[in-house]
Amino acid sequence: MKNVKKILAVLMALALIVGCFAACGSKEETEPAKKETKLKVGFIFLHDENSTYDLNFLNGAKAACEKLGVEYVIKTNIPETNECYEAAADLADQGCNIVFADSFGHESFMIQAAKEYPDVEFCHATGTRAHTEGLDNYHNAFASIYEGRYLAGVAAGLKLNEMIENGTEINGTVVTADNAKIGYVGAYTYAEVISGYTSFFLGARSICPTVTMEVQFTGSWYDETAEKEAATLLINKGCNLISQHADSMGAPTACETAGVPDVSYNGSTVEQCPNTFIVSSRIDWEPYFEYIIACVTDDKAIDTDWTGTIATGSVVLTDVNEAAAAKDTQAKLDEVKAEIEAGKIKVFDTSTFTVDGKEVTSYTADVDTDENYEGDTEVISDGAFLESNFRSAPYFDLRIDGITLLNEKY
Amino acid sequence: MAKEKTKESLIHITKRDTLPQWKSWLIRIISIVVALIFCALIIVLLTGENPIRIYATMIQGAIGTSRRVWGLLQNVAMLLCVSLAVTPAFRMRFWNIGAEGQVLIGGLATTACMILLGNSLPTYLLIPLIFITSILAGAIWALIPAIFKAIWNTNETLFTLMMNYIAMQIVSYFAYVWSVPKGSGAIGVINGSSQAGWLPTIFGQKYFLNILIVAILTIVVYIYLKYSKHGYEISVVGESENTAKYIGINVRKVIIRTMLVSGALCGIAGVLLVSGTDHTLTKDTAAGRGFTAIIVSWLAKFNPIYMVLTSLLIVFLQKGAIEIASVFELNDSFSDIITGIIIFFIIGSEFFINYKINFNKKEEDK
Repeated sequence: MKNVKKILAVLMALALIVGCFAACGSKEETEPAKKETKLKVGFIFLHDENSTYDLNFLNGAKAACEKLGVEYVIKTNIPETNECYEAAADLADQGCNIVFADSFGHESFMIQAAKEYPDVEFCHATGTRAHTEGLDNYHNAFASIYEGRYLAGVAAGLKLNEMIENGTEINGTVVTADNAKIGYVGAYTYAEVISGYTSFFLGARSICPTVTMEVQFTGSWYDETAEKEAATLLINKGCNLISQHADSMGAPTACETAGVPDVSYNGSTVEQCPNTFIVSSRIDWEPYFEYIIACVTDDKAIDTDWTGTIATGSVVLTDVNEAAAAKDTQAKLDEVKAEIEAGKIKVFDTSTFTVDGKEVTSYTADVDTDENYEGDTEVISDGAFLESNFRSAPYFDLRIDGITLLNEKY
Repeated sequence: MAKEKTKESLIHITKRDTLPQWKSWLIRIISIVVALIFCALIIVLLTGENPIRIYATMIQGAIGTSRRVWGLLQNVAMLLCVSLAVTPAFRMRFWNIGAEGQVLIGGLATTACMILLGNSLPTYLLIPLIFITSILAGAIWALIPAIFKAIWNTNETLFTLMMNYIAMQIVSYFAYVWSVPKGSGAIGVINGSSQAGWLPTIFGQKYFLNILIVAILTIVVYIYLKYSKHGYEISVVGESENTAKYIGINVRKVIIRTMLVSGALCGIAGVLLVSGTDHTLTKDTAAGRGFTAIIVSWLAKFNPIYMVLTSLLIVFLQKGAIEIASVFELNDSFSDIITGIIIFFIIGSEFFINYKINFNKKEEDK
């Protein structure tokens, strides 16, 4: 029993020390983040530069901060748990004026930190709750990436037409107008992904009217093996072209191995896939970062929901890979892009698609994140589905005709 | 004669008698110092940074602010809790590497209580219910491989490992079922406004209760293993099953009972992580602690009191390493390299504590 007493003594001493920390801890935390002359931005990323998704944010963050000469701190590999709150609070403690997080699951923890640090601006990409949360210092951001996807779809349609014309053989079968089929590797059966593949498909079908699409979900935003397997499955099921909404190199490398044309996402994969990469759409976050930094510098309020567009330079396409793309792809893309910017083409024009054989004239989407997952806002107006209008994150979740889901993953 | 000599190896290794405490601790401290010097070399060679600055940053990252100290203590408590859970089984030479899954299932039970009963039960009923269901859930998850081991002598290492993946998939499934917004696959903070089922904040510190609970558990497990009849039986079964049988210990019963204890402790870890920390559930909730706990437990030679130190060491290294990655803009893998090297040296030092290296003297031939 002597030992037990000793241990008890040690533990009580420990408890005392902990108590002391508690006392001085609470004092420090109530102090507001000091407004320094030099602006400081903190970034929280789910993975590191090995994920194309995070790399895209990372590049934008560095470019914006270096251009505007502000200090920045980057924390990578922050999971969607309490660690995210800790990271956000730690960045605020370090004197960051803006804290940004890039992953959907970070949202609740960012809101938690935002409530605790009212003088720090918290910005979150892909989130959905800023417009209902009612916090002055919490903001969501996204971009009308569906416009970029639509353009990438146009490039895919051109490629399909060229293959049909030339009678190109893909995986042992000659591509014809009747069997033209796109394979799509999706992460989750979730509005953001549905909005993405539908706009891509509509873009392709505007050029190649007979095309159909099959979607295989992986159930993960980043799973190289699953994405590779999904792409291979789609190719074996007779898809003549592959695109993706998932973050690894899985699908592009599967395409390069099988010699199937590929439209990737989040950045060019031309180095790894010189023979099959056509083009890639991505969101350029630099304009958003520059915008929030400018807002804080000028003491202006940041938009609760900010949606970047082609016009703001937030939605961009990579260079077209001439070796794989159809002839004159770039020229056609410039033409369609101008029409989108001018408002002549609406991506989700209800006359271009049907659901269960019928044109959609009215639809209430689930825009507000609340306990009942039901539609709450009418989103069809003037013959188009108004995507990213009522909040920045996508909410298009219609299952349109021509697209077959091979599985569903949540 | 000379020919025969060349066949004999230059060194041979013998088992040491037990070293005095101060000597073995000296060896351990030397190994850490050597590890730090070796890491400094690696740092200079790979990054060109000043190693002193890197170490200072590590310390800064782990205990630089009061928030970081609390974060450190919280993480130590969580890792220690899981380590305490695996230890009884380890002492019995039952290699339970399924703590990750047992924690997750415990966390899942917590989540279920918080979501399904959060609005209908008062807190004084809800919190005990959360503990009871989660402890049961963790215990059942551990019981399954224990029964198979006890009755059919299946390999517990593989069995418990596989159970982890099943647990992860079950959690992923429910993360969808309860996701907000539907289909996003993320549950988000549960009962954010009502805070129903959240462990209470004590002394204005949200981690205080977690740390306190684990501190109490540490003492309880220590006493259980060292002074109780159960603890004695566990040690005997671990030393030799035949001896245990000979002196009339029911080995099957001990295996099943000990795994129930292991699983129950994992269930508590699940409560502390979900109800006491994250207030949400993902398949990363356990964050690999189920595996890190194995190192913690081994390094401490299955002694719960030493485990406070070993888990502190590992969490300190992790926290410090994350800060290095952030400040010097090095990839996180770099900090894993540093942590790996230091742990490697510490484990290596145990070799020198247990064995002696003898150099064969050649003087005799001359």
